[in-house]
Amino acid sequence: MTTNTATASAPAAPAALVLEDGRIFRGTSYGATGTALGEAVFATGMTGYQETITDPSYARQLVVQTAPHIGNTGVNNDDAESRRIWVAGYIVRDAARRPSNWRSERSLDEELAEQGIVGIQGVDTRAITRHLREHKTMRAGIFSGDAARATDKELLDAVLASAPMEGSRLAEEVSVDNAYVVEPKDYGWEGDPRFSIAAIDLGIKAMTPVRFAERGVRVHVLPATATLDDVKAVNPDGFFMSNGPGDPATADAQVELLRSVLDEKLPYFGICFGNQILGRALGFGTYKLRYGHRGINQPVMDRRTGKVEITSQNHGFAVDAPLDGATQAPEARYGRVEVSHVSLNDDVVEGLACLDIPAFSVQYHPEAAAGPHDAAYLFDRFIDLMKGTRDGRTANLSKDPVDSAHSAGVDHKNENKTEDKK
Amino acid sequence: MPKRTDLKSVLVIGSGPIVIGQAAEFDYSGTQALRVLKEEGLRVILVNSNPATIMTDPEFADATYIEPITPEVVEKIIAKERPDAVLPTLGGQTALNTAIALDKNGVLEKYNVELIGANIAAIELGEDREKFKGVVERCGAESARSHIIHSMDEALKAADDLGYPMVVRPSFTMGGLGSGLAYNEDDLRRIVGQGLQYSPTSEVLLEESILGWKEYELEMMRDKNDNVVVVCSIENFDPVGVHTGDSITVAPALTLTDREYQRLRDISIAVIREVGVDTGGCNIQFAVDPTTGRVVVIEMNPRVSRSSALASKATGFAIAKIATKLSLGYTLDEIPNDITQKTPASFEPTLDYVVVKVPRFAFEKFPAADNTLTTTMKSVGEAMAMGRNFTEALQKALRSLEQKGSQLDFSSVPEWEVAELIEKAKRPTTERLHQVQRALLGGATVEQLFEATKIDPWFLDQLQLLNEISREIRQAGALTKEMLQRAKRHGFSDEQIGVLTHNSEAVVRGVRQALGIRPVYKTVDTCAAEFAAYTPYHYSAYDEEDEVALHAKPSILILGSGPNRIGQGIEFDYSCVHASMALRKAGYETVMVNCNPETVSTDYDISTRLYFEPLTLEDVLEVIAAEERTGGVMGVFVQLGGQTPLKLAQQLADAGVPILGTSPEAIDLAEHRGAFSRVLDKAGLTSPKNGTAVSFEDAKKIADEIGYPVLVRPSYVLGGRGMEIVYDEPNLSRYIANATEITPDHPVLIDRFLEDAVEIDVDALFDGTEMYLGGIMEHIEEAGIHSGDSACVLPPITLGTNVLERVRTATRAIAEGVGVRGLINIQFALASDVLYVLEANPRASRTVPFVSKATGVQMAKAAALIGTGVTINQLRTAYKMLPEVGDGSSLPLDAPVSVKEAVLPFSRFRTLEGKVVDSLLGPEMRSTGEVMGIDKHFDTAFAKSQAAANNALPTEGKIFVSVANRDKRSVIMGVKRLSDLGFEIVSTGGTADVLRRNGIQATPVRKVAEGSSAEGEGTIADLVIAGEIDMVFNTPSGGEARSDGYELRAAATSIGIPCITTVAEFNAAVQAIEAMRTYEWSVTSLQEHAAALAESQKAALQRA
Repeated sequence: MTTNTATASAPAAPAALVLEDGRIFRGTSYGATGTALGEAVFATGMTGYQETITDPSYARQLVVQTAPHIGNTGVNNDDAESRRIWVAGYIVRDAARRPSNWRSERSLDEELAEQGIVGIQGVDTRAITRHLREHKTMRAGIFSGDAARATDKELLDAVLASAPMEGSRLAEEVSVDNAYVVEPKDYGWEGDPRFSIAAIDLGIKAMTPVRFAERGVRVHVLPATATLDDVKAVNPDGFFMSNGPGDPATADAQVELLRSVLDEKLPYFGICFGNQILGRALGFGTYKLRYGHRGINQPVMDRRTGKVEITSQNHGFAVDAPLDGATQAPEARYGRVEVSHVSLNDDVVEGLACLDIPAFSVQYHPEAAAGPHDAAYLFDRFIDLMKGTRDGRTANLSKDPVDSAHSAGVDHKNENKTEDKK
Repeated sequence: MPKRTDLKSVLVIGSGPIVIGQAAEFDYSGTQALRVLKEEGLRVILVNSNPATIMTDPEFADATYIEPITPEVVEKIIAKERPDAVLPTLGGQTALNTAIALDKNGVLEKYNVELIGANIAAIELGEDREKFKGVVERCGAESARSHIIHSMDEALKAADDLGYPMVVRPSFTMGGLGSGLAYNEDDLRRIVGQGLQYSPTSEVLLEESILGWKEYELEMMRDKNDNVVVVCSIENFDPVGVHTGDSITVAPALTLTDREYQRLRDISIAVIREVGVDTGGCNIQFAVDPTTGRVVVIEMNPRVSRSSALASKATGFAIAKIATKLSLGYTLDEIPNDITQKTPASFEPTLDYVVVKVPRFAFEKFPAADNTLTTTMKSVGEAMAMGRNFTEALQKALRSLEQKGSQLDFSSVPEWEVAELIEKAKRPTTERLHQVQRALLGGATVEQLFEATKIDPWFLDQLQLLNEISREIRQAGALTKEMLQRAKRHGFSDEQIGVLTHNSEAVVRGVRQALGIRPVYKTVDTCAAEFAAYTPYHYSAYDEEDEVALHAKPSILILGSGPNRIGQGIEFDYSCVHASMALRKAGYETVMVNCNPETVSTDYDISTRLYFEPLTLEDVLEVIAAEERTGGVMGVFVQLGGQTPLKLAQQLADAGVPILGTSPEAIDLAEHRGAFSRVLDKAGLTSPKNGTAVSFEDAKKIADEIGYPVLVRPSYVLGGRGMEIVYDEPNLSRYIANATEITPDHPVLIDRFLEDAVEIDVDALFDGTEMYLGGIMEHIEEAGIHSGDSACVLPPITLGTNVLERVRTATRAIAEGVGVRGLINIQFALASDVLYVLEANPRASRTVPFVSKATGVQMAKAAALIGTGVTINQLRTAYKMLPEVGDGSSLPLDAPVSVKEAVLPFSRFRTLEGKVVDSLLGPEMRSTGEVMGIDKHFDTAFAKSQAAANNALPTEGKIFVSVANRDKRSVIMGVKRLSDLGFEIVSTGGTADVLRRNGIQATPVRKVAEGSSAEGEGTIADLVIAGEIDMVFNTPSGGEARSDGYELRAAATSIGIPCITTVAEFNAAVQAIEAMRTYEWSVTSLQEHAAALAESQKAALQRA
């Protein structure tokens, strides 16, 4: 059992969650007191809060946990997905008074307070979730302690003055400043690395390079501002772009970088933001979902195999690509592309596969953390792609075209898709 | 890949009677399966011996066989029906074992029947412990270190390696039967000895103790495309050592990080693949070392299980329904999620609430039994509750148990008691939760209790939180808004707050409601509100937003029967479900309120709306208020769910709630002795002399007046709780002192006990003018054995027409005198040709489903409509729900004969010395379930009922006979007949002498009291244990013979041979045995019986 002591149950300060449309939920403070502004989103995972709060993709977001008990297993030294907590604010119903787990080092309450993250507890998180589902993701603020004493109008004005997520360029803010290398030998790989890749950190989660390293791939993690020369300098077998926060429509620099890498015929794999960037590089648009996909129970169909994988997801934007069959990429030099993975909940594009160049990407998180490991095969798929390229074989994913019987083409399931696609 | 088109007909195997470890959950899953199969257009054949189930309703299958679930009988059904496939994964271990036997003996191959939903190889890999260990290893996971043994010698050798304590588990038994913990060699010899007997393969697993580890269970589904999902994770509050069925369990798991949880998920998926569960559900249990996180796989069930039912109710993911679709060839992504409608079943439910299940025990029925909880399941039922946090769910679940003392007690704990409580909590018993909470209240630390119990500190802290809040409530000084809000948010009932603040429950409720502190109702939606839900499956929470939608028509509420217990089980759920179905069909919106996760009634599509709530006055009133504010309430049914809702009738009426059907005044008239006597007097009916005592002096006076023996019991009980036959004053004094709390509010009823009377049970309907008599049941055991434990037969086999007519007249007079509108159940006794009225219950009874199945008339449906004002005449004509003419008292002579037999749980319970408890029947009900045997004549129907009750009568071999003096005259004929049939009769002492004088060659054996002879000749108990006796017939008498009888019965119970304890049942058995020797067992479906009966009635009508 843990040696932690229960958090002193000091009388909690009042706190308020104020939504952009004027709805206010009142509770008590959690973590640090003060003000937190950002986009309110809900995450439905029942485990993995430590991974969630440290996932850079949640930057500038106020995360509502739908699971009512948060903090039960405390915070440990292994499970963080980056160097700090990124959520801008944290909204829970019942915060643990006493963490209990053999790996726990401290309480979540302490951790939030220490990192200055303002949270709120004791609110009807289900009501908030339903509200966001019905009225779409919106700007919000958490105000606790002295900050909560302002009038409702003052609180709402503060929310309305904050920046919306659309049009926000955040990858550079969360990315590392300096490159570093993740070595296979540190993750149980015996022998020399099989491949090396350049991975652009747009908000990369710690587990992603680990998943590569476990498979014998050396990972050169480069900052979001890396150039083609920086990439070439590490002489990679493949190129990778990570998940990350913000609006993909703002990632022009990364889109250009990816195009230049694709033109070099370097195999590419993208996760999440990296999927949206591939979409844009191929000439597709992206759009904002009404309330996004944030959970670890999201069913995705791999249309190549007809199999369903339960995936970890965290995305508010999606690629706007035709769902059925192979199509010519709008950027014609990249040849044909198909939607390889699709959400079974709402038919949102969850993966792209190029048929004429060695590139693919998924919108969800095969590295999991938190979440199921069903999609870990994608790391192997990328290794095969690099192997094919190295061996001089046709290096693309066109050998096994999508079985049309597996395409999920039901039209009515598009509630989460925004009506105003760009 | 849509469903297979090559399957046209499927045989579904049910789970048989309700027993500990295999209960109503299989009616829930089986009913779902049948509905799916019918919807898919298949011809559905069902075998299940349990008449109290919804699944055996004739409309759920094309051919319904209420027959014993044995390989021999199922083969006959297969031969007759020639199904394409057998679906064995929804009928528990019984169905699975039957399927394995049918495969092994070549029946499936012979008739070219495919097993769907499971394959034999997978079942064996999953259930055979040795093979399963290999599976776990191949999946890169660990099992507890263990040895498989087939003999005592091997067991002792294994003990040298494993050390004590050590877990003992027999293979292929259900509910952990026969398993236990051995702390030393004596324990080991005892438990292994029994285990080798219980295991059909004489195989027992011994393994290292992982006592005190955290215990988890994952419910999984897999389809033929190898898509696998986790439906639910369940965490046991009680660490490893307590059977999960006896544990408090929580969903989702609350004390695992994602890494640890995903590790369990990865292992589960690897195991389900390696075992090769092709399609359908399974569950996997894990133990996690709380200090290192080491994970050990405990076991898997490659089928739908008790926890699948719980997981379905906990998440809204209909496991049985989906498993059935998968068995037909669908894949998960092709099956829509009913709740969201727009998303598929290929996902993992996520919860935004906490579910707590608490077991309900019945140790009060077995005073000799040791209440230590072990790896053998002993609980008879469970209640589930949902809340927005653990404390709310836990407190709701505890009050759902409806048991005295089930709610947490926050009265102050003296300091001296703390150490004692901690010490007691070390041994897991039914009391442990309360001991732990009270120890904390008294000042013990979480660390101390973790040390003593290994219950996770997070859970202990939650109990501490409740204790802290109880102090805040006490110290608040007044019923303030802030205090009440906080208390309600953590599940405190108005009653608990009342006790803590010295207010009545009503005052607390009044103040609370005046302050606007009301529960809201949230929706179980599988997805934590990510998608809109289309199924109104609600639970209450003290939170901000209510989700009950407006409804157009006023609703009709049906109050369910709460957790299964002895005396109030699935039979009442059957009536509730029938009522809901009939009312919905008639166009009403129905609302079910219940808290039992095992039942069909808590399936979210049985009623228009489902509220998963405790059945206390507070919780029911709040549901009614929620329904009132969203569209109005037409009324509430309290007569269907047994005593639980019935006892709320008056208080609900006082609160202005319309009661449908029989009025609270009428209920009172039947329940109150004095008033009921006046009803009987007026009708010219007799009851045994009786009185109501409010003190011991009172009781003594009454007993003297009416003469011993007397039957004594507390008023307002079900299932004969605390009922006893008392033969003299010292015993009366002992009874009053021990067994009951006697006050003017809780009087004791004293009746003249009628010796050697024939007991008669009647279920009838009354609408105010007309009566419909559903059926007259003649008990096989004489009066004095609780009606729930007695076998009975319908139509009666020894009652003359004149008696039946008297019963009919009396039933009508009572129904009218009481003022029944709907169902009434009356018990009569016939002694010396005098018909006595024993009691009347103006509600659905335990026998309603049996009568309905036996006569083909669904009485509960009719009762529900009567409650809305429909007359019996209309039900006969317009609704076609009752026969046009005649009723259950006028069945034609060629009507099939149905026998109901009780199933008793004695083999589950051990005394502190480790022996099974006594199996003698008495006025206190102890059966957990029932079976039905139906055939052309009584003898074979009785034989079927015995086989179905897992008590098959022998047709040859050795029978031991030893009867009390008073019975000696009446057994000679029967014993002689058995002797003539070639049975060897074995006997002792006086019985042997009497038999020999009557020309029966009885082999004498040593009594238990005589002990083994010097030459090593064993006693009768030794012979029984050695398997040399095929049936025991022993009637109890006083003194030494009584204890001799106990040893003997215990021996018979522990090895599972028929043990008959009454002369009446013996005589029935003799008839049955004789018939079985010449009779070619034939199987007839309910539908065929009904058609024959209708034909015969039509013919009778034409003759008339």
